[in-house]
Amino acid sequence: MSLLQIRGLTASVGDKPILRGIDLSLNAGEVHAVMGPNGSGKSTLAQVLAGNPAYEVTGGSVTYKGQDLLEMQPEERAQAGIFLAFQYPVEIPGVSNAYFLRAAYNEVRKARGEAEVDPLEFADLMEERLKIVDMDPAMLSRSVNTGFSGGEKKRNEILQLAVLEPSLGILDETDSGLDIDALRTVADGVNKLRSRDRSFIVVTHYQRLLNYIVPDYVHVLAGGRIVKSGGKELALALEEKGYDWLTEGAHTAEVGA
Amino acid sequence: MSSSIESLITKEYAAGFVTDVESDTLPRGLGEDIVRTISKKKEEPEWMLEWRLKAFRRWQSMPEPHWPNVKYDPIDYQNISYYSAPRKQKTLASLDEVDPEILRTYERLGIPLNEQKMLAGVAVDAIFDSVSVGTTMKAELAKLGIIFMSLGEAVREYPELVRKYLGSVVPYSDNFFAALNSAVFSDGSFVYVPKGVRCPMELSTYFRINAADTGQFERTLVVADEGAYVSYLEGCTAPKRSTNQLHAAVVELVALPGATVKYSTVQNWYAGDKEGRGGIYNFVTKRGKAFENSKISWTQVETGSAITWKYPSVILQGDNSVGEFYSVAVVNNCQQADTGTKMIHIGKNTKSTIVSKGISAGQGNNSYRGRVQVLPKATGARNYTQCDSMLVGNRCGAHTFPYIEVANDSAIVEHEASTSKIGEDQIFYLKQRGLSAEQAVSMIVSGFCKEVFKELPMEFALEAQQLLGITLEGSVG
Repeated sequence: MSLLQIRGLTASVGDKPILRGIDLSLNAGEVHAVMGPNGSGKSTLAQVLAGNPAYEVTGGSVTYKGQDLLEMQPEERAQAGIFLAFQYPVEIPGVSNAYFLRAAYNEVRKARGEAEVDPLEFADLMEERLKIVDMDPAMLSRSVNTGFSGGEKKRNEILQLAVLEPSLGILDETDSGLDIDALRTVADGVNKLRSRDRSFIVVTHYQRLLNYIVPDYVHVLAGGRIVKSGGKELALALEEKGYDWLTEGAHTAEVGA
Repeated sequence: MSSSIESLITKEYAAGFVTDVESDTLPRGLGEDIVRTISKKKEEPEWMLEWRLKAFRRWQSMPEPHWPNVKYDPIDYQNISYYSAPRKQKTLASLDEVDPEILRTYERLGIPLNEQKMLAGVAVDAIFDSVSVGTTMKAELAKLGIIFMSLGEAVREYPELVRKYLGSVVPYSDNFFAALNSAVFSDGSFVYVPKGVRCPMELSTYFRINAADTGQFERTLVVADEGAYVSYLEGCTAPKRSTNQLHAAVVELVALPGATVKYSTVQNWYAGDKEGRGGIYNFVTKRGKAFENSKISWTQVETGSAITWKYPSVILQGDNSVGEFYSVAVVNNCQQADTGTKMIHIGKNTKSTIVSKGISAGQGNNSYRGRVQVLPKATGARNYTQCDSMLVGNRCGAHTFPYIEVANDSAIVEHEASTSKIGEDQIFYLKQRGLSAEQAVSMIVSGFCKEVFKELPMEFALEAQQLLGITLEGSVG
């Protein structure tokens, strides 16, 4: 049985339709890249799966682990193992990264029927997880994302992913704004976290991230629809030819609609 | 989208119950006879009565101030009872003699009044309506020469000390509410820490208004003699009632040369219901006088009351004296707060720090009002003010009224201010990590208030944080 099944999903922001019928199926352990030009709806798809109330789902269905995902609150989705690495991680001034992470970790554990951990146990866990993203422990005592550089913010997202151990990690343009070294560190972190029972949706504009995180499948989104799906070689074709050869049809459809 | 931020559900006010005790309550109304009766009931010396009467006459000639940025119906001062005490009042030798109903009330409020809990290390004076019902750890403190008792007792037992300092910081003629308090104050706490003594525990007073249609007019006087140190905390609750009740208190702090006084307040008076019915009018005058090399630090967490009007201030009288004001003021539903501080720099090289965090939710209206005044002789005076407002939802208000008056060229005065809004994006981010909306708001707000919370004694910092969570519970859905 598939982990995630998206059928005919449509969504809008305000009156503006963004997703115009997405169909996508994903099995445990698979990595799917979702690519597309700006405004194609890639980030919207990521936000809708996470339950961002700024987006309105207007049709279709999403089944996650056999449950109706669209009926679930964002925190219930998180507790059920959906993790969104944000394109623009949000700053929470005055709240230490460690405090925030432990609170989140304990909520997820509670949902799984596991006991909460105290600060000491958590410190041990952190010591080990920090290594995955090669992060300075001093970052834990700083306020969540506050004053972090772009690279630090993205690394912090992957650290959170490493701590919360989701079944489905959604990376929303995690590569944007990263220099090559930071990109490699972040990608290495994700690769260490790949496993047979953890799937990823990697949303990206550029192919370069996929040199490091090699996907099982690539989908191209244009005008709110998946216009092409294929293996990892599709990403390379896009790198070479750009998006235009795939998106012309989509634009026509949009004008026609 | 904004509707999610607007769906406010306020958690029931947990301290809103009424205790059924027989009480001895004076008839409503205020005149010289009432002032005399209060003084007589308290077996006060003649000078105390004279002082009260002077205050009363002064009060009669004063207009009620209307400059604060708050709105309320006129208060009928003749429709309030100015004294209420649990009956069977006799001299209480120990807590065992206190009406068990009252002790149960404090138990429900989590106030450690009984002897075992005293070992927890906090000395508590509890004021129920108008009178003090028991001061714990008195004996322990007495060994160090520290006096901690109700002001009523102190007037009788240490008249010379009380007479010397009462009204020395807030004179009875200071303002309308201070004059009213001076005329009818019923009880409160008195603290005296002798020269060079460091008070080894937190001193704490718990105020509780119980009887209906009464006002509470307590008066607190804290004197730290040369080189002494004391940390003092007050907490407040009241039952839920549909009418407004007046609370007009006065707190005076005296820090003699080299002394330190730290005064913390967690104020959770009943705030009224969602439509703004009922709740406490908290019109309070708090001021400290700091002599050479001394320090006065105010920390307040104000979450309750229908209306709050208070400006804990420091007169930096002596050279090198230090004044601090750390404040969190939260308004939700129809609450209004006009609060801030005054730092009056008189001595040379005086320093003051103001950190004010205002949080407005629902239709609440929050104003910061502050005055930093540097007098001509205050060479080298230094002030830093940081004034931050946070808005939750889009029907609330935040206002800032800073007054800065500098009459000495060498002074350095800084003022920083910011206004932010709890963002849907912040809440979504935290929810995406598995936290509920309530946890998310509580976390964001606690982060916002961190600089103030760290000034509170630890056990109270936790309490304050929880209180904040409860006050704002459901303010974002």
